[in-house]
Amino acid sequence: MNPTDTKHPDYYHRVVDCQWACPAHTDVPEYIRLIAQGRFTDAYMVNRESNVFPGILGRVCDRPCEPACRRGRVEEEPVAICRLKRVAADLRDDVDARLPLIPEVRNGKRIACIGAGTASLTVANDLMPLGYEVTIFEAFNKAGGLMRTNIPAFRLPAQVLDEEIAMIVGMGVDLRLGSRVESMRKLLNSKEFDAVFVGSGAPRGKELKLPGRQEAAANVHIGIAWLESVAFDHVDRIGERVLIIGVGNTAMDCCRTSLRLGAKDVKVMARKPRGFFKASDWELKDAEEEHVQIVINHSPKAFVVENGKLVGMTFERMEYGLDGGRITAERSLGETFIPCDDVILAIGQENAFPWIERDLGIEFDKWEVPSVDPVTFQSTREGVFFGGDAAFGPKNIIWAVEHGHQAAISIHKYCQGESVQERLPNGMKLSSRKMGMHEWSYHNDYNPAERRLMPHVDLKERFRKLNIEVELGFTPEQAVAEVQRCLNCDIQTVFEAKLCIECDACLDICPVDCLTITPNGEEADLRTRLKAPTLNTAQPLFVSEALKQTGRVMVKDEDLCVHCGLCAERCPTAAWDMQKGTVELRHAVDQQPAAQLPRRATGSGGQ
Amino acid sequence: MTYLLKPKVAHPSLRRNSLGFTRRDYEGTLSTLCAGCGHDSITAAITEACWSLEMEPQNLVKLSGIGCSSKTTAYFVSGGHGFNSVHGRMPSIATGANAANRNLSYIGVSGDGDTLSIGMGQFCHAIRRNINMLYIIENNGVYGLTKGQFSASADMGSTAKKGEANAQVPIDPVLTALSLGAGFVARSFSGDKAQLVPLIQAGLKHRGFALIDVLSPCVTFNDHEGSTKSYAFSREHYQEVVHTDFVPKMPEITTSYEAGEALSVQMHDGSQVRLRKLEKDYNPTDRSAAYADIQRRLKEREFLTGLLYVEPSPADFHDLNETPASALNAVPYEKLSPGSEGLQKILDRYR
Ligand SMILES: Cc1cc2nc3c(=O)[nH]c(=O)nc-3n(C[C@H](O)[C@H](O)[C@H](O)COP(=O)(O)OP(=O)(O)OC[C@H]3O[C@@H](n4cnc5c(N)ncnc54)[C@H](O)[C@@H]3O)c2cc1C
Ligand SMILES: Cc1ncc(C[n+]2csc(CCOP(=O)(O)OP(=O)(O)O)c2C)c(N)n1
Ligand code: SF4
Ligand code: SF4
Ligand code: SF4
Ligand SMILES: [Mg+2]
Repeated sequence: MNPTDTKHPDYYHRVVDCQWACPAHTDVPEYIRLIAQGRFTDAYMVNRESNVFPGILGRVCDRPCEPACRRGRVEEEPVAICRLKRVAADLRDDVDARLPLIPEVRNGKRIACIGAGTASLTVANDLMPLGYEVTIFEAFNKAGGLMRTNIPAFRLPAQVLDEEIAMIVGMGVDLRLGSRVESMRKLLNSKEFDAVFVGSGAPRGKELKLPGRQEAAANVHIGIAWLESVAFDHVDRIGERVLIIGVGNTAMDCCRTSLRLGAKDVKVMARKPRGFFKASDWELKDAEEEHVQIVINHSPKAFVVENGKLVGMTFERMEYGLDGGRITAERSLGETFIPCDDVILAIGQENAFPWIERDLGIEFDKWEVPSVDPVTFQSTREGVFFGGDAAFGPKNIIWAVEHGHQAAISIHKYCQGESVQERLPNGMKLSSRKMGMHEWSYHNDYNPAERRLMPHVDLKERFRKLNIEVELGFTPEQAVAEVQRCLNCDIQTVFEAKLCIECDACLDICPVDCLTITPNGEEADLRTRLKAPTLNTAQPLFVSEALKQTGRVMVKDEDLCVHCGLCAERCPTAAWDMQKGTVELRHAVDQQPAAQLPRRATGSGGQ
Repeated sequence: MTYLLKPKVAHPSLRRNSLGFTRRDYEGTLSTLCAGCGHDSITAAITEACWSLEMEPQNLVKLSGIGCSSKTTAYFVSGGHGFNSVHGRMPSIATGANAANRNLSYIGVSGDGDTLSIGMGQFCHAIRRNINMLYIIENNGVYGLTKGQFSASADMGSTAKKGEANAQVPIDPVLTALSLGAGFVARSFSGDKAQLVPLIQAGLKHRGFALIDVLSPCVTFNDHEGSTKSYAFSREHYQEVVHTDFVPKMPEITTSYEAGEALSVQMHDGSQVRLRKLEKDYNPTDRSAAYADIQRRLKEREFLTGLLYVEPSPADFHDLNETPASALNAVPYEKLSPGSEGLQKILDRYR
C-alpha cells in the first residue's frame, strides 16, 4: 500500500467515529472533556458551533453518533453522547455574550426563508452574522416546525425550544409568524429577496386506503396532523382503546401521547417482526416502559364500522421466513379482529409543495420531491435553495441543521457572485498533547465504567400532565462517571517513520494489538498479517513510509485503538506522538474573510 | 517508566487457550525499564510462548539474578512463582528448586553481566549438571542497571556511549555452552519474535539445560553508532541459519514433513521441534562443526541465530542425581524426615 496520506483532512476525522457519523460533525470528544472539567458553557458553545441546538438535540437527537461510537466496539454500550450534550445545556450559564456579533450595517442582501423549522433557523443563524437581512415566513403562530408541533413536550419542553430559537431570532431576524407563503411565483416576482431558502418540511402524513376508512373518519387520525392538534391544544382527549398503525418514531410519539390523553390500552401494530422496526431502540424501550403493547406480524386489512362508528380493525396475521436478517418469504395465517375506539396512522410523511408553481424552473420528480443538488442544496432554479425535510424527504433534526449550514454557504456565495460549487474543504489541525515523559494533557487512562442509565420520572407522576418531561437528565455523579467512558478518539496517534528504530515496544504494549510491523503489501494481503485480525474494514489502515532499518512498514488498524497513548509513552524515539486533531469545519462565516463591518452584540434570551 | 497501567481492555478477537486464558492473562506487572528496551520484547515473547504452551501459571518458576534483565521476571506470568537471587547466583537457586521439585517448569532470566561476569562459575556448573531449565540471557553488551559499563560480552572495538572502545576479548555464551556440553543452544534477537517465540517454547520443553542467548539492545546505553549491540548493528549482522518451528504434542500426528526438508527432533513430552536449515552447510546436530562455524562467523562479525545445536534426551540433573519423582512437599513427612533415630543411623555410617 502507499503510505497513508494523513494530511487529508478526512483521515483523522474518520477515526473520531462519533464526529464522523454526526451529520453536522459535532466535536464530541472535545465537549465531553470540557464537561469533565466542569466547563459547561464552553461545552455548550462547542456544540452550538456545529449543531446550533444543543439543548434540543441533547434530548431528542436521533444520535447516529452512538451506534458509531468506538466504545461500543470494545464494550457493549457506547458513550451516552446525547445525554452528555444535555448536561452541558442544562448546566450552562448565560451565553448571550458569546453569541456571534451582528454587523451594525447590513450587507444589503435580503434572504427569504420559508418555514421556521430547524433548517431555516440554521440558515438564519449562519447568515445573520455576515450582515444578511433574513426574513422567515412561518404558517403557524409559533416558530420551531416539527420540533414544536410534533415532538411532544414530555420529550422536549417548550422552554428549551423557546430559548434556543430566541438566540437566533434575537440576532435580528425578521420572523413573520402566521404568514403562510401561498405562491412561490408571487414571492419571486416581488423581487424583494436576493435568494430564497425553502425549509418547509415534509408536511403530509401518509394515508392508509383500506375499506371502511371513509366511514370511520371521525376516529381515524393521521399521526403528524393529530400530534400537531395536540400541540396546539385543539385535541385533548382520545378513546380508551387506541391502535397505532406503523412502528416508526412518529408511532412512538403517538402512542405515548395517547396515554396522556386518557387512553388505557394502546397497541402499536407492526406488520413485520422486531428488527424491522423503524423506531429507535430507545424510543421503543421508553414506550414499552409505559406499558404500550407492541404487536408484531399484523398487516392491516380493514376498518370495521358498526352503526356509523369505528369498533375495531381486522388484520392479517403474518408469518415470515427469515434469512440473516432478511425476509425471504411471507405467509398469511388468517384474519383477526382487534377492537378499538380510535386509530392513529403513523406510516410516514411525504413532501408536498402545492404552493410552488411548476413553471418557475424549479423541477420536481414524480414523487413531488424537488431536484436538489446534494452538495450545494440549490434547486434547478438559481437562487432557490432547499434544505431539511423539504430537500430529500423526512430525515431528522441534525440533518436539517447540516443542510442549513450547507445551504447558507451556497446562499452566501451566490449573493457574493461566486460559484456555489467551489467550497472551502474542511481542514485538520494537529497539536501535540505531550507535557512530559509520561504526562499528557488529556486523561488517557481507560476507565472501565459501564454506561449510566437515564433516570425517569415515576410512571404515575409522568401521566399527570401532558408536558412533564420524562427524562430527568444525568445527576452530577452520573455525568462524572459517563464522561470518563469517552476514549478521546480525537487525540490521534501520529507516526513519524524516520524516527522509528523498530524496537517493537509499541506493538508489545498496545492493549488492543492494533499495531504491526511487517513487510508492505496490498491492503487485502496486509490485513491478513495484522497482529489482531481485522473486524471492521470500514475503519482505515494506517500504513507508514518504509522504516529505516528493515524497509518494513508500521501498520495501524484504527478500528479498536483506545487512544491510551501507551504506544507513545513506550516509544524511545517519540516516533509516536499523541496529537489533538481538530476538524476545521467551514461554515458560511469561514468561506472568505467577511467584510470588516462594525458589530454589535445580539439581544436574545440566552438564559 | 510508565505511570499508566496497561488497561485490561483487549481486542475482542483475543483467543483463549484450552485453560481458558488469553495471552493477556500471562502478563505480569508493568515494566519499569527504559522505553524501547529489547528486554521488554523478550518479555512479550515469553508471555506469548507460555500462553501457546497452555502452561498453568502455578507450574512456572521464574528465577533471576540482578540487572535490568533480571527484573523482567516480574513482568510476565504474575501467577507463577518467582525468585530474585543475589547477583550471578540464579543457577544455585535453580539447582535447589529443581532438586526439591522436578515437576515444575523453570525459566531463568539473566543478563550478560549477571551470567558472564559475576555469575560465570555458576553458569558453567549449571550447564555441567544439566539442570532442567530454560536459561535466557538478555544480552546487551553492557551492565544496563549500573549505567552502561562494558560487560564481558562486549565485542572488541565496540564503543561505549562516550566513545571509548572495548579492548578485552568477549566471552561468547553460545560457544561456552557448546564447549561445556549443553544439549540445547540457541541464539536469537529481541526484534525477531517469529524466531524467538518457538525457541522459547522448545527450550521450555527440552529436557535438561536449554540456553537462549538473545541479543537485546539497551536503548539508553548501547544503541549508538559504534556499538555492536545496537538495533541497527544487530539487524545488519544477525543471520538465521536454522529456523525452528515448535509443534505441540497432539493426540495424533496429522502432518509430516517431507524427508530432507526439515529435521524433526522429538521432545520428552511428545512435542516436536522442526528445524529448517536456511544455510545448507550448517549442521545443528554436529557439536564441533557448529562450534567451528559459529566461531568463524563471529570473527566476521556475524551472529548466527536459530537453534544452533540440539541433542535430544541427554541424561539430565534428575537422572544423574536420582531425584525423587514427586516434589518434596508431596512426600509424606515420615518419609521425608528420618526422625532422630534414623538420623543417628545415618550419622553412624560416617563414624
Ligand atoms: C412525530 C415526529 C417526531 C419526531 N421526532 C424526532 C426526534 O425525536 N428527533 C429528530 O431528530 N427528529 C425527529 N423528527 C423529525 C424532525 O422533526 C424533522 O426532520 C425536522 O424537524 C425537519 O426540520 P425542517 O426544518 O426541515 O422542517 P420542519 O420542522 O417540518 O419545519 C417546517 C416549517 O415550515 C412551515 N411551513 C410549511 N409550509 C409553509 C409555507 N408554505 N409557508 C410558510 N411556512 C410553511 C411549517 O409550518 C413548519 O413550521 C420527528 C418527526 C415527527 C413527525
Ligand atoms: C554483588 C553485586 N555486585 C555488583 C552489583 C552491581 N550490579 C547491579 S546490576 C549489575 C550488572 C548487570 O548487568 P547485566 O546482567 O548485563 O544486566 P542488564 O542490566 O544489562 O540487563 C551490577 C554489576 C550488585 N548488585 N551486586
Ligand atoms: S469514545 Fe468518545 S470520541 Fe470515541 S467515538 Fe465514542 S464518544 Fe466519540
Ligand atoms: S493509543 Fe497506541 S497503545 Fe493505545 S490503543 Fe492506540 S495504538 Fe494501542
Ligand atoms: S516504540 Fe517507537 S521506535 Fe519502537 S517500534 Fe514503536 S514506533 Fe518504532
Ligand atoms: Mg547487560
